[in-house]
Amino acid sequence: MIESFYELFFARYNYWMAIILMLIGLYALIAKQNLVKKLIGLNIFQTAIFLFYISLGEVRGGTAPIYLPEGVDALYVNPLPHVLILTAIVVGVSVTAVGLSLIVRIHEEYGVIDEAGLLQELRRR
Amino acid sequence: MTLIDHLPVFLIAIPILASLLILVAGWWDRRLCYPISLVTILSQFGAAVIILAQVMREGTVRYYLGGWAPPLGIELAIDSFNGFILTTILLLSAAAVIYARRSVEHEVGPEKTIAFYVLFQLLVTGLVGMTITGDIFNLYVFLEISSIAAYALIASARKPRSYLASFNYLILGSIAGGFILIGTGNLYAATGALNMLDISRLLPASFELATVHAGFLFLVIGYSIKAAFFPLHIWLPDAYAESPSAVTILISTVMSKVSVYALFRIIFTIFTTAYIVDVFPVTGFILFIATVAMIAGAVIAIAQSDLKRMLAYSSVSQIGYIMFALGVANQVALEGGILHILGHAVMKGCLFMVAGLIIYRVGTSRLSDLGGIAKVMPISCAAFALAGASMIGIPPTIGFMSKYYLVLGALEAGHWLYAAILLLGSLLAVGYIWRFIEIAYFRDGRDRGSGAARTLEAPASMLAPMVALALLCLFLGIFVEGLMEIVGPAASLLLGGA
Repeated sequence: MIESFYELFFARYNYWMAIILMLIGLYALIAKQNLVKKLIGLNIFQTAIFLFYISLGEVRGGTAPIYLPEGVDALYVNPLPHVLILTAIVVGVSVTAVGLSLIVRIHEEYGVIDEAGLLQELRRR
Repeated sequence: MTLIDHLPVFLIAIPILASLLILVAGWWDRRLCYPISLVTILSQFGAAVIILAQVMREGTVRYYLGGWAPPLGIELAIDSFNGFILTTILLLSAAAVIYARRSVEHEVGPEKTIAFYVLFQLLVTGLVGMTITGDIFNLYVFLEISSIAAYALIASARKPRSYLASFNYLILGSIAGGFILIGTGNLYAATGALNMLDISRLLPASFELATVHAGFLFLVIGYSIKAAFFPLHIWLPDAYAESPSAVTILISTVMSKVSVYALFRIIFTIFTTAYIVDVFPVTGFILFIATVAMIAGAVIAIAQSDLKRMLAYSSVSQIGYIMFALGVANQVALEGGILHILGHAVMKGCLFMVAGLIIYRVGTSRLSDLGGIAKVMPISCAAFALAGASMIGIPPTIGFMSKYYLVLGALEAGHWLYAAILLLGSLLAVGYIWRFIEIAYFRDGRDRGSGAARTLEAPASMLAPMVALALLCLFLGIFVEGLMEIVGPAASLLLGGA
């Protein structure tokens, strides 16, 4: 029992951390009323996915995949997930920028940025 | 290599360059934006037709970006299935951009014209990229390019509600994007490949892994949110109803279709039928949900009081028809499903164009304010009637042909009950289409201007694409034999044949 728990959690704790972070992010996305907090939740959610990818490429004792002179032997980590995540980070930044500018516009129009207030405003108009 | 061999990459590179060109030219003179955009999309359409002809002649076209062959490089792969989708989406984009000119002047405003065309071009780029890429991570990148452009475009209407619609879509779209990213990561972890062909070759060895099952579910749910498949459609009605008409046309006809395409591609090309039938049987479940979507979408559409919102819910219902093909998963039903991707794009494009025209001229799309509208807008209402007939599935329109194949496929697979419900769904479509027809033709509205000669028909640049699409609904249905020569091979390709 103890051993299987160890197997399940500690041997793969990087994935568990990613899952926990992801759920925190999703919770904020769903449960928070404030639109800015929703965006923060979205960022946590995306960061969790980035961590998941990075830990996929990890090789124990591996070094950065830089070209070494002839004859030098080294163990590399897998660079591909890093490259993919660079792209995904750019996507995340752009989505956050668009989202924040939308919130600015919503605030200009309605004067509130929480969901309950927005519903009230919409009903009033 | 001759120039013609490089056509696939031009499909992506030229519109990106054009979007920069629009930005620069727009600073100089705002009127230049529209012609540049139009020429780019028309030349893309021309290129797509040439490539499709080449694919039908010689088989799949593969293009290695920068000369790097996979697994190191990224490839663009065009076969009969995505060649067909590519031609469809560029045809509809061309219609939308022709229509956009007057609609933008009216609904977006001169100060945002340049930004509108730049984003429009980027949206088309992203969708074309999604269609022709042969790399699963590239698919995600193009998806996000198109999504971010779409968020901004939806918010470009002058109505404050469009900001809210766009924000809701942004949140749901980003969750979908995140799910797709995780699913892609899972597949990479299981196979070590990102090229679609490589993954499909390596995947059977790890079919039983939980990683693969999780990846499958993440990908399918992610793309289902993007395609607005029934219980995941909540972003759709607001996004369609609040955005400017030209944007509604583009996202309703092109964007949701490309997501459906991605779903087909992932399920049939990457996971193959062996996985969804034997290892992880989901077809029955998808079939059930698709049927619920058809009925629920149509019922909610009947209950709407706003024309654009009604058409938006009708889209939810029609996506159900396409997913129905995925659930049945045999040759005939898939032919129907692929045909319905084209058919629904053409008819829904036409219907939304009519709605846009009504907003352009009357200023509202509330059904109760539109009594007797057919007297002043006879051409538009006739186009609505024709496209609506196709939506219901009255022969010989394209809508009839695709539903005919869907029913035939379902019967072949022994799903009698589902086939019957599909026909019931078509009856419900009569409900919402007829409602507009009845209001437009048979109800006396307020007096719109006194002179009998007074007509509210819109300018030619908006009428022409609308009439063209309405006639296409009819002609594609009559000359469906020619289409089947592309759709047939595409369906058998999905099922793993040649």
